[in-house]
Amino acid sequence: MVFESLMNNRFVLNFMKYKYLLYELVKKTVKLDYRRSFLGIFWIFLNPLLYTIVLTIVFSTFLGRYIDNYPIYLLCGRLAFDFFSSGSKAAMNSLKKASIIKRVYVPKYIYPLSSVLGKYITFLMSLIILALLIIVTGVVLTWQTVWAIIPFIILFLLTLGVGLMLATVVIFFRDVKHLWGVFTSLLMWCSAIFYSIDIIPAQFRAVFEFNPIFQIIDMIRKSVMYGQFYDPFQVFYVLGITIFFLVLGICLLFKYQDKFILYI
Amino acid sequence: MSEKVIEVDDVSVMFNLKKQGKFSLKNYFQSLKNKELMFQEFWPLQNVSFNVKKGDRVGILGLNGAGKSTLLKVIAGVMKPTKGAVKTKGRVVPLLELSTGFDKSYTGRENIFLRGATLGFSTKYMEERFDEIVDFAEIRKFLNVPVSNYSSGMRARLGFAISTMADPDILILDEVLSVGDAKFKKKSFKKMMNLIESRDTTVLFVSHSTRQVEKLCNKAILLENGQMTMVGESGPIIEKYKEITDK
Repeated sequence: MVFESLMNNRFVLNFMKYKYLLYELVKKTVKLDYRRSFLGIFWIFLNPLLYTIVLTIVFSTFLGRYIDNYPIYLLCGRLAFDFFSSGSKAAMNSLKKASIIKRVYVPKYIYPLSSVLGKYITFLMSLIILALLIIVTGVVLTWQTVWAIIPFIILFLLTLGVGLMLATVVIFFRDVKHLWGVFTSLLMWCSAIFYSIDIIPAQFRAVFEFNPIFQIIDMIRKSVMYGQFYDPFQVFYVLGITIFFLVLGICLLFKYQDKFILYI
Repeated sequence: MSEKVIEVDDVSVMFNLKKQGKFSLKNYFQSLKNKELMFQEFWPLQNVSFNVKKGDRVGILGLNGAGKSTLLKVIAGVMKPTKGAVKTKGRVVPLLELSTGFDKSYTGRENIFLRGATLGFSTKYMEERFDEIVDFAEIRKFLNVPVSNYSSGMRARLGFAISTMADPDILILDEVLSVGDAKFKKKSFKKMMNLIESRDTTVLFVSHSTRQVEKLCNKAILLENGQMTMVGESGPIIEKYKEITDK
C-alpha cells in the first residue's frame, strides 16, 4: 500500500521517466573528462599516482617532514578533496550550460545530480590506486576499515548539497563562479592534505576543526590508516552540516527553478 | 465529440525587463546608481484562453513580438505562466530551435541517445529507433564525429529526425519547416503530414508563411501585442492576418 502510493507520487513518476537522462548525463560526465587523450580513462589512476610520487619526494625528502606512511596519508586527503572540489564545480556549471532546458521540459535537479554522481564514480574508481598503494606499503587493515564507508557516503551527500545550492545561485549571480574557485583553494589549505595538523599552531586549529572536509578526511584516515574508530562526535558534526546544505540546496533549487530559463 | 487535449486558461506571462540577462555586481551597482532598480514590467502574453481538440491543427499567426513563441514555450512546459494555467494530455514534443542544444564534444551517435533521454525515452527504445533516425537525418557517415564538426544543416536534420520519431500526441512547431535545403524541406514536410494523418496528432504551428498555414492547419489563432484577437476556423483568420501584414 505505502509502496504503491509512493510509486504513484508525481515526483517519483517524473523521476522514473527521466532516469535514462540521469544515466546518459552521468555517462557523459565520466566520459568527457578523459576524451581525446592517449591514455584515456587510465588518467583516473595515473594522475593521483604521479601526484603522490611528486609530493612524497617534495615533502618527505626535500622538506624532511615526517608523517608515517606519507603516500597513503596524502592520497586519502587528496582523493576526497578532489572529489569535493571537482564535484561541486561540475554541479555549479551544469545548469548554466544546459541550454536545452530552454526548449524542452526537463526536471532541473537532474543536471547537478548527474554531475556529482559522475564525479563520484570517477572518485570510486580512483580508490583502486589507493587500495594498490595500501597493499604495496603494507598497511595492516582491520575490521575498523569498514567504517570508512560512512565518511564516503557523507562526502557524497555534502558535495551534492553544496552542488545543488551553487547550481541555483550561480545562475543569478555569475560572480559566484569566481568566488567559489578562491574559496575552494582556501578550503584546501584548511584541510591538512599535505601536512599534519600537528604543525598548525594551537590557536588556529579551530579553523580546521570546523572544516567539514577536514573532518571527513580525518575520519577516512583514522579508519583506513590507523584502524581506529573515529570520534562519533565527528560523525554528528559532519552529518549536521551535510543535512543543512542538502536541505538548503534542494529548497533553493525547487524555489527558483521556474525562473532559470530567463537567466540562462 | 473529440476530447480536449490542450486547455489554455487565462494565461498571462510577465517579464521583468530590468532583471533580465546576466546579473553581475557591476550591473547591479550601475543600475543602483542610476536608480533603475524599480520594476519595469512587460507582458508578452495577456489573458489568453483557448482549447484545442484532438486532431486539430492550429496555426498561430502574429507579427514579430506578438507573443507566439512565448505561448508555445508555456504550452511546452518550458516556461511557467505568471497567471493562469495550461493543461495538456499525452506526450508533448516541442520542435523549437532544433539545431541547438547538442553537446558539441559528443559524437552524433552519443547525442542521439542523450537527446532521446532528454525527451524521456529509454535507451532500449532509442536503440530500436536508431537506424530510422540516422537514415532520415542522412548522417550515417558522420556518426562518430563530434557534433562540433557538423554543419548547421546536419544539426538541424538530426534534431528534426530525433524529435519526430517520438510518436508525439501534441507536436509544437516553431518555424521548423524552414530548416535545411529544399530537398530536406520537402522530406520533412512529408514526414510531418504522415505523422499528423496516421496518428491523429494535434499540431500547434507557428509560421510567417500563410501558405504553409493554409496547407496544414484547420484552425488558427491571431495574436496581436500579446493579446489573442481572433480564434476559430483558419480561413478568415488568415485573411485578417494578410490584411495586417499588408498595412
